[in-house]
Parts: sequence; C-alpha cells; structure tokens
Amino acid sequence: MKPLLEVKNLTMAFGGIKALDGVHLHIAPGQIAALIGPNGAGKTTLFNCLTGIYTPTSGDILLNAPGGKTRRLNGLKINAITALGVARTFQNIRLFGGMTVLENVMIGRHPRSSSGILGAIFRPPATRREERDIVDKSYALLESIGLGDSANELASNLPYGAQRRLEIARALATEPRVLLLDEPAAGMNPQETNELEGLLTRLQAAHELSILLIEHDMKLVMNLAENIFVLDYGEEIARGAPQEIRNNPAVIKAYLGEEDDAEAQ
Amino acid sequence: MKYFPELNKSFVIALWFMLLTFPILVIRVNTIENIVVWRWINLALIGIAAFVLSFLWQLYLKHKTAAAPDAAAHQSALVRRMSDPKFYRPFLLLIGILALVFPFVASHYQINIMTTALIYVMLGLGLNIEVGLAGLLDLGYVAFYAVGAYSYALLNYHFGLGFWTLLPAGALIAAFFGLLVGFPVLRLRGDYLAIVTLAFAEILRLVLENWNAFSFGPSGISNIPRPGFFGIDLTLEQSAVYMYFLLVALCVLTVFVIHRLQHSRIGRAWVALREDELACQAMGVDKTRAKLTAFALGATWAGMAGVLFAAKTTFINPASFTFLESAMILAIVVLGGMGSIVGVIIAALAIILLPEYLRVLGDYRMILFGAALILMMIFRPRGLVTPAGKTYEFRCADPPPAPEEKGRP
Amino acid sequence: MNFFWDLFLGGLTRGSIYALIALGYTMVYGILQLINFAHGEIYMIGAFTALIVASILTLQGLAGLPVLILAGLIAVLYASAYGFTVEKIAYKPLRQASRLSPLISAIGMSIFLQNYVMLAQTSDFLPFPNLLPPSDFLDAISVWIGPSDFVIIVTSAVVMIALSLLLKFTKMGRAMRATAQDREMAMLTGVDVNRIISRTFIIGSALAAIGGILIASHVGRINFYIGFNAGIKAFTAAVLGGIGSIPGAMVGGLVLGLAESFGTGYISSDYESVFAFAILILILIFKPDGILGRSSQQKV
Repeated sequence: MKPLLEVKNLTMAFGGIKALDGVHLHIAPGQIAALIGPNGAGKTTLFNCLTGIYTPTSGDILLNAPGGKTRRLNGLKINAITALGVARTFQNIRLFGGMTVLENVMIGRHPRSSSGILGAIFRPPATRREERDIVDKSYALLESIGLGDSANELASNLPYGAQRRLEIARALATEPRVLLLDEPAAGMNPQETNELEGLLTRLQAAHELSILLIEHDMKLVMNLAENIFVLDYGEEIARGAPQEIRNNPAVIKAYLGEEDDAEAQ
Repeated sequence: MKYFPELNKSFVIALWFMLLTFPILVIRVNTIENIVVWRWINLALIGIAAFVLSFLWQLYLKHKTAAAPDAAAHQSALVRRMSDPKFYRPFLLLIGILALVFPFVASHYQINIMTTALIYVMLGLGLNIEVGLAGLLDLGYVAFYAVGAYSYALLNYHFGLGFWTLLPAGALIAAFFGLLVGFPVLRLRGDYLAIVTLAFAEILRLVLENWNAFSFGPSGISNIPRPGFFGIDLTLEQSAVYMYFLLVALCVLTVFVIHRLQHSRIGRAWVALREDELACQAMGVDKTRAKLTAFALGATWAGMAGVLFAAKTTFINPASFTFLESAMILAIVVLGGMGSIVGVIIAALAIILLPEYLRVLGDYRMILFGAALILMMIFRPRGLVTPAGKTYEFRCADPPPAPEEKGRP
Repeated sequence: MNFFWDLFLGGLTRGSIYALIALGYTMVYGILQLINFAHGEIYMIGAFTALIVASILTLQGLAGLPVLILAGLIAVLYASAYGFTVEKIAYKPLRQASRLSPLISAIGMSIFLQNYVMLAQTSDFLPFPNLLPPSDFLDAISVWIGPSDFVIIVTSAVVMIALSLLLKFTKMGRAMRATAQDREMAMLTGVDVNRIISRTFIIGSALAAIGGILIASHVGRINFYIGFNAGIKAFTAAVLGGIGSIPGAMVGGLVLGLAESFGTGYISSDYESVFAFAILILILIFKPDGILGRSSQQKV
C-alpha cells in the first residue's frame, strides 16, 4: 500500500544555512508517526514545508489520496494544502482569541463549505443548510473533545490545556487525512498528557486519520507512535519502531541525557 | 496632607506645561504687520488647567484598580439588556418612528445635517468591513468616496446619465478601485498597508486637483443633479426631505447587508484573518480572496456614499476628500468598536451631530477631535461597543440555556 | 549656473531636510515600531518657535548671528520638549496595546498639534525672515551655490555625522541601538528603556526642528500645515532607505530629494507630491525593506 504522505529528499535552505537536508519520511494511511529530535533540529521547519508556509528548496512532498491521484505539495498555497487534507496545530497556540470556542472550530469548516458573498447576503436555502451543518458538525467536534460546554465562551478565556485541545478540534474540522501536531503535549502535566494520549487514539480511530506528531514527551511518543523519525541538525539520524529508537545510540547521543529523564517518568 | 504627593506632581506638571506652551500660546506673532501680542491670560489658564487635570488624572489612576471589575460587569449588563428581543424590538420600533417623523418636525438645516450624518454612517459601516472585521488598516478610504462622487459627477456631465443609473454604477466603479488598491497591498502588514493606502488616496486627490482636463481641478464640478422623483420637480426643501428618506432607506439596506455578511462564512473568514493571518490560512481560508473581497465590498459602500454626497451637495471638489476625512471615518470605526454595527452607527451620529449641537465650539471642533482620538485610545481602546462573539443554538441532547444572538447590530 | 546643477543642488538641499526629519521617524520606528504621525508637527513647531523668538529679538533691535543662534537654540529646545511630552501623553500609556491604538493616537496628536498652532497663532502663511547673517564667504561662493543651500547642506551633514558618532561611540548610543534590536533583552541587561525611549524622541525632535528652522529660513514662509506634507515625504524617505536604519534615513532623504527635484524640473512641477507618494508605494510593494534595510523573517 502506498504511503499517504511521502517526503523525498527534502532540503530547505535559508540563505546559506540548510535547516533540512535530504530528509525522507512517509506515513501510511491510519498510522500514527512521530518526529523527534533536539531543539533546533528542523522539526517545525519540516511541518512548515509540509503545510506550505515555506517552499522547499528541493525535494518532493507527495500526498497520495487513496483511490485518487498523487499531488505534489511543494509550492502550493497554504490554504490549498489544507483543502487537500493536510491540517496542523502550532507549537505556540494560534487560536483566534477574539472569537468564541465554537467559532474557532467553525473556521475549520471553511475549506469544506462554499457559500460566498451572494449566499451570505441572500441566504438561500442551500446556504442556510450549510450554515446549520457547519454549526452542528463543529459542535459535535467540540463535544468529542470535551469542550461542548464552553462553546460560546471566548477562546482566549480557556485554560491552557483546553486551548490545545481546541486547536486540535479546529484542525479536525477541516476533515484532514493527515493531522500534523506540533508539540501537542507541551506544558501539560502527566495527567493531562495521559488524557491527550487517549484523545488522540480515539480521534485517530474515529476519523480514520494519519497523525504525525512532533513531541518532546518521550513517554507519549513511545506509547502512541508506530513509526518514529529522528532529526538532528536538519538530517535524519534514525528511524524505526519505538523499541529500536529507544536503544539507538545515535539518538541517545543526540539527546544527551534527555532520554534518562524520559525513562525516569 | 493626604494628597501631598499628587498635588506636588500636579504643580510640577502645571509648571512644565506653562513653560512648554509659552511661546506658542502666550506670544502671538504677526510677521506680516510686524506685531507681537502678549496674552498672559493664556499662561494662567494653562497653568490652572494642567494642574487640575493632572491632579484628577492621578486620583483616577489611584482608584482605577478598584473600579475596573465593576465597569466590566456594568457593560455586559447593558449589552445583555439590549440583546433581549423583548427590549430591543420596541426600541427599534421607536427609532424607526422617530426617523420617519423627524423631517416633518425639524428645520431644513437640521434635515441636511442628519442626512450628512447618515452618509457618514454608511461610510463608517463600509470601512468597518475593512478595518473592523478584516483588520486591514485602510487610511485612504476617502479615495473610494471620491471615486463614487466623481464618477457620478463626470459620467453625468459627459454622458447625461441619471442618478438612479449611476448610484449602482458609482458603487461598482468604487468596488473596482477597491480591487485595484487591494492587489498590490496583499503582502503588506499592518503599518505598511496603512501608509500605502494613505499614499494612494493622496495621489488620487492630487491627480483630481491637478488634471484639470479630466476633473476640472480645484474648482470642482458644480450643478450636479439631485435624484429625480418620478420626473417631478422638487423644491429645495422637498428635495432635502426626499434625500433624507433615501439615505434612511439605503442605510437600513446597508445595515442589513453588512449584518448578513458579518454573520456568514465570509464574515468569519475576515475575523480569522484579522486575528491571525497565518493560522487562518492554515485552516483553509484563501487570504487573497478574503482581503480582496474586504477591500471591494468596503469600497462599494464608500462609492455609494460618494454618489449620494455629490447628489446632495450638487458640488464637489478635491478639497472634500483629504486625509482628514479618512481619519474621521477611521475614528468613527475605532470609537464605535471594531466590528460592531451598532457602535459604528452611534459613533458616526455622535461625531457628526455633536459638533453641530455644540455650535459654540466652532473652530475648536478639530482640536477636540484630535484630543478625543488620543483619549479614546488611552481609556477605551476597544471603542464604545465591544461586539461579543455570536452565540449559537445547537442541537444537543438536552436543550441548552443558550440565549439568542449576542451583539445584535 | 546651468539647469542641471540647480536641480541637483535643490535636490541636495531638499534631501538634507528630508533626511533630518526622516531620522526622527526611523529612530522611533526602530525602537517602538510606531509611525510617529505627529513628528511632522514637531518640525512645524520648531519652525514656529524660531519665528516667535526671532520676531521678539528683532523687535528688541537684535540682528544677524545672535538672532539665528538664540532662535535656533530655543526652538530646538522647545521642539525636543514637545517631542518628549507627546511621547509621555500619547504613546507611553499605549505601549502594551495593539499596533492600531498608538497609530490612531498618533494621528490624533498630529491633528491636535496642527490645530493648536493654528488656533494659537494664525491659519495664514506667515513670512519667515532670512536668519542667515551676511557673510563674505557665503557671498564668494554664491556663484556656485546659494548661501542658504550651502548652510543647509553643511549643517545637515554636520548634524548627521554627530548623530552617527553619538550612536556608535557613546554609552547612550549603544543603549539606543540595543533597545532598537531587542527591547526586552536591553531591559534585562540594565538599560533604562523608558529613558532611552524618551531620549530617542528628544533627539529625533531636535533634528526635525533644525530641519524646520533651516528650511523655513530658506523658503521664507511657514504655516501650521507644513508638517503634514514634510512629514509624509520624510516618512517616505525613511522607508525608502529602510525603516529603522539610521544611514538608511540619510540615504533615503537624499535620494528622495534628488528624485523630487529632477522630477519636478524635467517632468512637471504640479505633481511634486505625487512623485514622493508613488515612490513610497513602489518601494513598499516591491522592496519593503528599502535600500539599506535587512529583510525580517516571520518566525512561526
């Protein structure tokens, strides 16, 4: 079976500096994979390339829709990539603070809806149905992550953990095939991280998603990921199943002691 | 003495301002006739005013932290009251009746002022799309206003087209200009966007002022026809009333359309664009389309207002379309509360009507306007009315106690 | 002298003034990311204050160099004081706010100051005396370069060199550069950021005032509105050279001055301001970092 998302020989250079150099990566449909590595290794840069914020200097990013054609994602506009089914969350939460929780998720429905100016002004039945649908689907998503009660609150008023979950719900609203999560457990205590683990497992099953996770919390990574890619200084230094990565000397060296902390947890 | 430190500081500040404003306020120079006039009274006035204001300000700061939470509660109580249909429906009805009755009880002059205020309501609502909703700081909005006005004047002059044809035409031409301005500025962020739009507007004004062959230059265009009423000739007074009702109707239409736009997929896309341009793109919003739509739609209302302005005053020239106008319209949007339709309406009426009724101010209108802008930003940067996010009813197992739309227009 | 030379000199003169004013814009933007809309008004107030002082002194019977020096000094002092006060009233309270608030406050302050001077003085154009005392040296070179032009160009150059030296070699200069690069870090290393910001405004205002006095003496008249046009053009110059860059403001000013001079000389004088605005638009769209600016990457 063809992988859903393929990254081939990806290089991203800023001036003379190569943030990514010849990176290969793939995710199978329905798989959870993780991207780990020390700070500055290029993980978020890779996400930015995948989602269109950066245009890669060279290499290919391919999205293989099951039963459909292969699309090359390099150089496409950010919103076009989202429409094709690649959604993400951000390392530093980027919610729409001035909108309500529900409205944040409703924005996620944007690429899956279509009414324009005329629809907005005249509100024909089709538009009204679409609006109804957007509200219902968004609310359902909120309920599934446990934020149904806060639907009409301002997003900026939510506690930190809830905001992270809201970002995930918002990304899910775009009906992605691949969900890219950038440090979803950052700043969470062990209890919250456990809940997140459960949530992601549930969501993946419910929405038939592939998930690619950037994370520093090794316990979460080891529990969730079926496949792990390790980056350091923009290059891949290891890949494989959690067990292999755990004992890989190159990985241990790159983290220089971080692994010990993760073991202690 | 309880307030000694504050009094002391106020004294120092008063001295500072007396010294600072001394040359310009106290000494009046006339180098044409070579006179110098000394106005010592101003020195005293400044000293007293600075002392008193600075003292009050310090007191305010001292008691501010205690008062803050109350203010917030107070505001939402009013908003909640206004959102209740049992309350706002009769209120709207009352406004409607007053609006209909107004021209029959007011003088010709007052009707004209109110009509002007309504034109600014339209302008404010239009700019609100760009600035309030989409977050595009447009300092050159007056350019679209000018496009509408000159479209009417020139197309009427050269081709004899009438008001009713040119009202939509002017709006469309302005919308086209909106796209024209929007394209080059797509990549620009905040301040730069502001300056470029300002520059565009100034260029337009300068071209109108200097390209005499096209726009008749600084002397402008006169004898612009008023809107016809089924071919009947109206007297000046009747025409004013007609114009007033026309504006009321069009303003209601404007509020209706903009309210619909605000609470739609496009409206949400605009607010997301304003909140976080990158994140909104990541959620599938086409930033280019959203920005261009905002500019085009915003410009449309300015164009329409421009046609109405030309028809009302029957004379236009470039001097009516300066940066100061853009600043005023921006002030209306910001003071009213970004994105709030009600706020913008109130602010427009306040800014235009108040100086009329406080006529004693006269020349001081502009300086107070400047001061008001500064004070508004310091004390109430979010404007008069903060639109709460829309609350929705949604299907779920047990009926939620969700109220209807908050932040009604 | 020939037409080209006149235009060239005129461009340098104009450009020097733009550069002086542009420096104020660029320094404030570098530190606060704020477009100080009211900066043009400081320039205007400098000119007016000089006029007032000069008029009083002239009425007392003084003339020549002492008038120039006294009027100039007092005007610069006052302009700095105004700049300082404006920052404390309209910008300092808004430092934590969004970008929009200080901008609108700045517009409000600009309108306020314009009308303040108009109401306190007059809305008419007031003749401004030529403050330059007669000098043999200036007479001698007046074949090639007008005395006023000469003084403007030389003074501006001296002032700008002094500013560069100050920024490069003094403790305060270093602190200013540090604050412009990273305000929080500067605070952590012990820089009194508030004081630095105040001083930035003071220096910028002083420069603008010098420009105001020089050009007023050159042109021969002033009114309350001259700040607006000069302000926009100087801002254009600052952006042209790269907003936030000191040498950029100087280069931008000269380039704009020359472009305007040659443009009005060879193409048309009616559209003088249009040149400046068109350049502004083109620069911001195609090379927003200006001639000497460095591009800023947005971090995600």
